[in-house]
Amino acid sequence: MAAQPETVEQVRAVTEQKYKYGFTTDIEADVAPKGLNEDIVRFISAKKEEPEWLLEWRLKAFRVWQTMEEPQWAAVSFPPIDYQDAHYYAAPKKKAGPKSLDEVDPELLKTYEKLGIPLREQEILAGVEGSEGKSPAIAVDAVFDSVSVATTFKAKLEEMGIIFCAISEAVQKHPELVKKYLGSVVPYTDNYYATLNCAVFTDGSFVYIPKGVRCPMELSTYFRINQANTGQFERTLIIADEGAYVSYLEGCTAPQRDENQLHAAVVELVAMDDATIKYSTVQNWYPGNAEGVGGIYNFVTKRGACRGRNSKISWTQVETGSAITWKYPSCILQGDNSVGEFYSVAITNNFQQADTGTKMIHIGKNTRSTIVSKGISAGKAQQTYRGLVKILPKAEGARNHTQCDSLLIGDKCGAHTVPYIESRNRSARIEHEATTAKISEDQLFYCRQRGISEEDAVSLIVNGFCKEVLKELPMEFAVEAQKLVGISLEGSVG
Amino acid sequence: MTAPNTQANSRLHSMTYSTRGADPATAPAFLAPLDEMGAGLPGSGLSWLTELRAAGRERFAAVGLPTIKNESWRYTNLRDLAKVSFQPAAPAAATIDLLPTVRAEGQDGPRLVFVDGRFRADLSSVEGLPPGVELLSLAAALSTHGELLADHIGRLAAADDRPLVALNSAYLADGPVLHVPAGVQVERPIELVFVSVGTEAQATSCHPRSLLIAKAGSKAVVVEHHVGRGDGTTLSNHVTEVFVGEGATLHHYKSQREGGGAIHLSHIAATVATGGCYDNFILTTGAKLSRNEVVSRLDGTEARTHVSGGYLVRGTQHADTTTVIVHAKPNGTSREVYKGVIDDTARAVFQGKITVCPDAQKTDGYQLNRALLLSDGAEIDSKPELEIHADDVKCSHGCTAGELDDDALFYLRARGIDRDTAQGLLIGAFLSESLEEIAEESIRDAFQGIIAGWLEEQK
Repeated sequence: MAAQPETVEQVRAVTEQKYKYGFTTDIEADVAPKGLNEDIVRFISAKKEEPEWLLEWRLKAFRVWQTMEEPQWAAVSFPPIDYQDAHYYAAPKKKAGPKSLDEVDPELLKTYEKLGIPLREQEILAGVEGSEGKSPAIAVDAVFDSVSVATTFKAKLEEMGIIFCAISEAVQKHPELVKKYLGSVVPYTDNYYATLNCAVFTDGSFVYIPKGVRCPMELSTYFRINQANTGQFERTLIIADEGAYVSYLEGCTAPQRDENQLHAAVVELVAMDDATIKYSTVQNWYPGNAEGVGGIYNFVTKRGACRGRNSKISWTQVETGSAITWKYPSCILQGDNSVGEFYSVAITNNFQQADTGTKMIHIGKNTRSTIVSKGISAGKAQQTYRGLVKILPKAEGARNHTQCDSLLIGDKCGAHTVPYIESRNRSARIEHEATTAKISEDQLFYCRQRGISEEDAVSLIVNGFCKEVLKELPMEFAVEAQKLVGISLEGSVG
Repeated sequence: MTAPNTQANSRLHSMTYSTRGADPATAPAFLAPLDEMGAGLPGSGLSWLTELRAAGRERFAAVGLPTIKNESWRYTNLRDLAKVSFQPAAPAAATIDLLPTVRAEGQDGPRLVFVDGRFRADLSSVEGLPPGVELLSLAAALSTHGELLADHIGRLAAADDRPLVALNSAYLADGPVLHVPAGVQVERPIELVFVSVGTEAQATSCHPRSLLIAKAGSKAVVVEHHVGRGDGTTLSNHVTEVFVGEGATLHHYKSQREGGGAIHLSHIAATVATGGCYDNFILTTGAKLSRNEVVSRLDGTEARTHVSGGYLVRGTQHADTTTVIVHAKPNGTSREVYKGVIDDTARAVFQGKITVCPDAQKTDGYQLNRALLLSDGAEIDSKPELEIHADDVKCSHGCTAGELDDDALFYLRARGIDRDTAQGLLIGAFLSESLEEIAEESIRDAFQGIIAGWLEEQK
C-alpha cells in the first residue's frame, strides 16, 4: 500500500496539532503512510491519545535508534531491511475483522483444522455467541496488526483487582503503573530492535496482579499480523506484585505472504517478593514457503526482572514459525533466592533461521536458574542456541544448570551452540551440557516396523526429544504444541 | 533470502575471527622497530619470504591489536600492551644454567634452545635423532631448506583474520623446524626450549615461528618448554604450523611457565591428513597474560585430534585458552579436556569451538572444560561452541565452574590432614583428569611435577 499524498497531508495535519483535543476523530486512516520519522512517532502517539511523557519517551528512543546500528553478531543472514519501506501503524477498520470462520483464508483454516485446538479460541476472537461461556480457563487479549481488538473475561478479573487490558488502554486508565514500570526492565537504549519498538510500539497487553492474588485463569494474548507491508511492534508489560501468581500465554500467527514482514516486540516482566510469572509462547508466525520466500522476521526482546526475594520467572517457548528468529528471553535475578527458568523448543525447517537462547544474570544470593533448550533443525535451516549465564561477585551460592540438545534431520541443515558462561563467585556452581545428534536409526526402525509412517515416526521421536520442555506448557498449549511439532517437520523426511 | 545456507557455510571461516574490533592506532609502535632491522632479517633474498613479511606487515598496519569488540577477544584485553614500548630483544649471550627437560639422565638431545626467539647452537643438540630426521633453526633452514619452508610456512596460519599472526609474519626470522620423513619413528622426545630473558630497563619482544612436519606414517613426540628468567616485561608472540601426514602421529606437549612480567601469545595451527593424529596438550602456569590459540583441522578422513590442557593461575594472572577444532572430512574424532584452577584475583578464559563441515559425516566430537575457583576474586569466562553442518554426527560439550567440594575437604580434614594439604590433594586429583590425556608417561610425570611445584608454592 503506497502512501497517498492525501494521507501524508493528513498525517502532517494531525501531527502539527498533536496537543489539541479531539483530533483523532478527524482521521479515517487505517494505515500510517510508509516510512519512519519523528512525525510518524508523533502520529502513533496522537492516534493513541497518549500523554506527553510517553510521546517524549518515544521520541527519545527514536533519536537514540537513529544513532544505532543493526546487530551483526547473530548467526542469521538476510538482505538489509529498508526501515522506510514499511507501515508503522495499521489498525483494522471497525467491523472489518473476520466475523466468522467462513471469512478466514481457507489455507489458514486447513492449518487450524490440522491443529484441531485453536478453532475454539478463534471463535472467541470472532465473538461467536456462546463460545465465551464454553471456555472457562483462558482470558484472551487479541492483537490484530497493531491494535488490541478484544479482551475477554475482563470483568471477572477486575473483581479480583487484576488488570488485564491492552497497553494503550492501561496508558489511559492506569498511567501511574505504566509510567513506573515501562522501560524499567528493557530501557529505551537497550538494543536496535527494542529501541525501535520503544519509538513506534502500537499495542500489546498489560497485566497487573495485585499483592497476594493468584490469577485464577490463564491469561493469553493472540497476536496476528494481517495487513501487508506492516511491521508489528507490540509491547507487553506484566507486573506481579508481592506474592502474586500469573500464567501468561502468547500465541502468534500471520498469513502467507511473499514479502518479509518485520515483527519487533518487547516483553517486560516484573516479579516482586514471592511472586511468580510463568510466560509461555507458541510462536507460529508464517515461516516462508519451502523455497524460503516470505515469512516473518521475528526480532524480539523479552526480559524479566526478579526484583523481589523468592520471586520466580519461567519462560517456556515453542518456536516453530518465522523466517528468522532472533530472540533471547532473559531473567535478571536481583532478589535473593529468586529463580529463573528457560525452557525452549525451536524447530527450523526449509530455509528458516533461528538464533535464540537466554540470558541468566545472577545478582542476588542463592539465585538459581535452569536452562533446557531443544533445537531441531531440518531441511536447509540454520539454528543457533546462544545463551549467557553470568554470576556476579555478590551472588553467593548461585546455581545454574544448562542443557542444550540439538537434533539434525537431513544433511543440509545446521545446528550451533554458543553458550557464554561467566562466573565471578567461587561458591556459584554452573553446569553446562550440550549434545548434537541425529534421529536414531534404531528408534526410526522400531516405529516403522510397527506400521507407523516415517513422517509420524519422526514426529513421535521429536516429540519425545522435546518432552522435557513441552511438559512445562499449560495443558491447552501443550496439545497444540505437540501437533505443531509434527506439522513443522512435514516434508523433512523421505 | 534465496540461499541462506550457502551464506551460512561461508561463515565457517570468517565469522569467528572478523577484523571488526581492531585498533589500527596501535600498529605503528609495534612495526617501527622493523624499519631499523629491515634487510638485516635472514633470508631477505627469498622472494616468497619477502612477500610473506610484507603482507603480514601490511595486514597488521591496517588492523593493529585486536580489541574486546572482536568476538574472539571479548574476554582478553590487550589494551595494556599498547601502552608498553617493546623493542626487539637483542641477541643475548646470557648463560643459562639449568634448562627444563623431560629427558632421561645421560641423554644430551635432541633439543633446540631459543633465547628471546633466537637460536642458541651452544645450548642445543640433535643427538639421538634417527637418520633422515631434520631438526634445525629456521634461520639456518632458510639457506639449506628454502623449498621446504616455502611450501609450508604461512600455509596454515592465516594472517588475514589474526592480527598477531600477521605481526609474527612481519618479523619472521627464527624458530625451530622439524621434519620427520615418511615412516620414521622418533623414539626420544624432541625438546624445544624457549627462554625469555628480558631486562628490567627495557620491555622486549620476540616473534618465534615454529614449523613441525610429520610425514606419512611417521611418529614423533615434541615437548615445548617456555620459561622466563628475571622479572622484566617480555612479549613472546609465537606462531606454530603443524603438518601431520597420512597415518602419522604427532604428540605435541607444551608447558608455559614464563615469569611474572611475561606476555605469552601463541597460535598453533595444525592440519591432519587421512588417518593421522595430532595430539596437543598445554599446561599453563606462568606469564601475567597468556593466550594459547590452537586450531586443529582434520582435513583427511578418519583423522583424530586431541586438544587438551590445564591452567593454574593466581595473583593477577590472566590465562586465555582458545581452541578451534574443524572437522572437514568424514569419520573424524576429536577430544578435548581442559581443567583449570583459579586463585586470588586471577582470571581464566576458555573458548572452545568444534566446527563440523557439511561433508564431515560420522564425526565424533567431545569437549569438556571444568574450572575450579579458589577465591572470591577469581573469575572464569567460558564459551564452548558447537557449529554443526552435518547430520550424522555425535558432538557434545560439557562445562562446569565451582569451588572445592566441602564434603571432600571435610572427609580429608576429619582424617587429620591439614587444610592446605587437603586442598592440594583435591586440586591435584581435579587436574589429573586432564593430565591423563597425555599418552607419554614420562611427560605426564614431568607435568605432574610442575603442578606439584605450583601447589607447593600455594601453601
